[in-house]
Amino acid sequence: MGISIDASGQLLEQVVEALATRSPLRIQGSDSKAHLGRPVIGETLDTRVHRGIVSYDPTELVVTVRAGTSLTELEQVLDEQGQWLPCEAPHLGAGATVGGMVAAGLSGPRRPWAGSVRDFVLGTRLITGHGKHLRFGGEVMKNVAGYDVSRLMAGSFGCLGVITEVSLKVLPKPRAVANLRLQTDVATALRLLAQWGQQPLPLSAACHDGEALHIRLEGGEGSVASARDRLGCETLEPGFWEALREHRLAFFADPRPLWRLSLPNATAPLTLPGAQLVDWGGAQRWLKSEAPLEEVRRIASQAGGHATCHALQGDSGESPFHPLPPLLMRYHQQLKTQLDPMGIFNPGRLYADL
Amino acid sequence: MNILYDERVDGELPKVDKAALLASLRERMPDLDILHRDEDLRPYECDGLSAYRTTPMLVALPERIDQVQALLRLCHAQRVPVVARGAGTGLSGGALPLRQGVLLVMARFNRILEISPEGRFARVQPGVRNLAISQTAAPYGLYYAPDPSSQIACSIGGNVAENAGGVHCLKYGLTVHNLLKVDILTVEGEAMTLGSEALDSPGFDLLALFTGSEGMLGIVTEVTVKLLPKPQVAKVLLAAFDSVERAGRAVADIIAAGIIPGGLEMMDNLAIRAAEDFIHAGYPVDAAAILLCELDGVEADVHDDCRRVGQVLEQAGATEVRLARDEAERVRFWAGRKNAFPAVGRLSPDYYCMDGTIPRRELPGVLQGIATLSVEYGLRVANVFHAGDGNMHPLILFDANRPGELERAEALGGRILELCVAVGGSITGEHGVGREKINQMCAQFNADEITLFHGIKAAFDPTGLLNPGKNIPTLHRCAEFGAMHVHMGQLPFPELERF
Repeated sequence: MGISIDASGQLLEQVVEALATRSPLRIQGSDSKAHLGRPVIGETLDTRVHRGIVSYDPTELVVTVRAGTSLTELEQVLDEQGQWLPCEAPHLGAGATVGGMVAAGLSGPRRPWAGSVRDFVLGTRLITGHGKHLRFGGEVMKNVAGYDVSRLMAGSFGCLGVITEVSLKVLPKPRAVANLRLQTDVATALRLLAQWGQQPLPLSAACHDGEALHIRLEGGEGSVASARDRLGCETLEPGFWEALREHRLAFFADPRPLWRLSLPNATAPLTLPGAQLVDWGGAQRWLKSEAPLEEVRRIASQAGGHATCHALQGDSGESPFHPLPPLLMRYHQQLKTQLDPMGIFNPGRLYADL
Repeated sequence: MNILYDERVDGELPKVDKAALLASLRERMPDLDILHRDEDLRPYECDGLSAYRTTPMLVALPERIDQVQALLRLCHAQRVPVVARGAGTGLSGGALPLRQGVLLVMARFNRILEISPEGRFARVQPGVRNLAISQTAAPYGLYYAPDPSSQIACSIGGNVAENAGGVHCLKYGLTVHNLLKVDILTVEGEAMTLGSEALDSPGFDLLALFTGSEGMLGIVTEVTVKLLPKPQVAKVLLAAFDSVERAGRAVADIIAAGIIPGGLEMMDNLAIRAAEDFIHAGYPVDAAAILLCELDGVEADVHDDCRRVGQVLEQAGATEVRLARDEAERVRFWAGRKNAFPAVGRLSPDYYCMDGTIPRRELPGVLQGIATLSVEYGLRVANVFHAGDGNMHPLILFDANRPGELERAEALGGRILELCVAVGGSITGEHGVGREKINQMCAQFNADEITLFHGIKAAFDPTGLLNPGKNIPTLHRCAEFGAMHVHMGQLPFPELERF
């Protein structure tokens, strides 16, 4: 295991000081996801000083990690025990931290079958907007005492408090894996995926890159072998999924802004203003486009989903996240006001008025 | 200590004039079904936690969402507390009514609105029964995974409010992991959608926050759940052990072998004998503990896993390992477990079901602690355990007709939950806090954490009209409970070791 340092006292002190002077904090780990969300102006609170694995018992399927621990380190420690975080969170840069993974809430290609980062969060410790270091959830699989503050933190982009520690559910890695490629067009691929989705197949990733359908099967030897025989595809190089997860496929090199469209399962092929790549069996579509925000959002909304721009916006002040209906925004603001009354945690990272 | 609403420690409730409220509800909503006579109200005085009863002031039985909306608006304007209720099967008194409040019964919203086989979701009204979703999805080869024991009767709206679990949680997750979207009405009657048919949504994850919020933040009016392809096969192994510790270690060994069973349940000797007497499942009645291990999925994998788990169980010292020969035997093995509560109920006039969770490695110590407490309080305890996910259901046997026994059972239950917290667990895994565990919340959370919970409540329901007194205790109550707690520790059998 890597270095273990409990610097929660130092982080708490910095928050207490910021509260005393009402000075905004820009919470960061390695800044690997800094391109997501609006820029925050404030003093940097670097979580990486607070790092290390606090406890890990493989037979309990739970690991507790300080927020500043590198995701790579965590993945290695789990791997040594034949386990992993099934949500396959993207790093998007060297040094990505566990805290950043939870705060950004992004999940990789396995997400539709295995669940999101949020689904694996069991507990968190937080420094709150009242200057307290508190504990929510825990290290047990089932815990419904009080409100689910821990899962609320996933994807909150640090706007509700500083995550200092997180307990995550982990799982054994599957015994068998097969990576397959099937030459077919998008429409056929989506039709096939809609059918396969209703069958007990050991699917764990499905992507169409414009040329072919790429699928991954994971499970026991028997189920993977029989599914592979049945689907009858050619073999795909296993590095494909990591390249997809880390946005290293050739598709992502396109200089136009990157959009992520999150859509209902079984959304029909969409005509989009740019180049697209189908992920999550159709429920996530990556788009490279210079089309105006409104146009991309309108298409995503009409399909029952939403769109996020993964590129820093200019000085427009516009949020790269899909706008919320006014009522929902009002409750977001009320929640923010309760948990961060001084408005010091990543103000404006998600939306200008949050 | 009585757990019924106590204005002295739970906060003052608005004074409501029943006749005036009834008149204004009737005027505003002439077609809304309202119960107001004592004999009509009585069936609603408790939920599944029947030891505690309060007659509600009024019961509203809406059939249309606009009625719910109008009711909430009126209650908000007139400062009337509202307690929501689904099928009333909850085990923590989460739907326990208030004498000064309206009980809003959502059970009539029982229509399945849409099943989308391609989209793998079902959109349903909140009063739809849990099992009805799987039954309706069955022709498409799909099902809804969370299966609380009450699934024949419990409603999906209640499942959302409690974040209900079941015996398959380790592999398939809780309610929160199986939801796509929930439509709610706020305390002011405004309609809001949390989540979407897509796998994620912009903004904070309010869907996660609302799941398990026990009707404190809003009223669920529609639920979209994920559907999964039905596993091809499911097989069950039954293993007997001569000690609970060995059975506990076997569970860890199965996980260490890289296998996640669909279900993994443990019962102790008292529970085994009760279930066997009742169901004749074929359980070995001399065993100190049995494990039921269900493996489900694609046939080839299940076959392999059965072989592996069988070996692990034997190496772990099982005195007997049996694979259910056919579907009938598999169903019988499960029937014993699924009927363990009523089976234990036959041993005693009353029983009290606890719901603590612990890290699995703490099981031997906690069971030993429960055994000691059982002697201390002079009450028998049968143990049923979702062994895969560390969720214990100790069943405390008592006779409410004997003076003091209910109080003793409550006190023993409280001690068991505190024991769970002490080893790093939780006071409730799936039944919820409700009214039942309101005092134990003070053991699991400190004053600052409870204050933050009150902040969340205030963000959605600043006037505190939704289900007042449930889920989160007042700091005043905690102060008082803390004082009482020390006192309780000095009550009977001072010579026994305490945990």
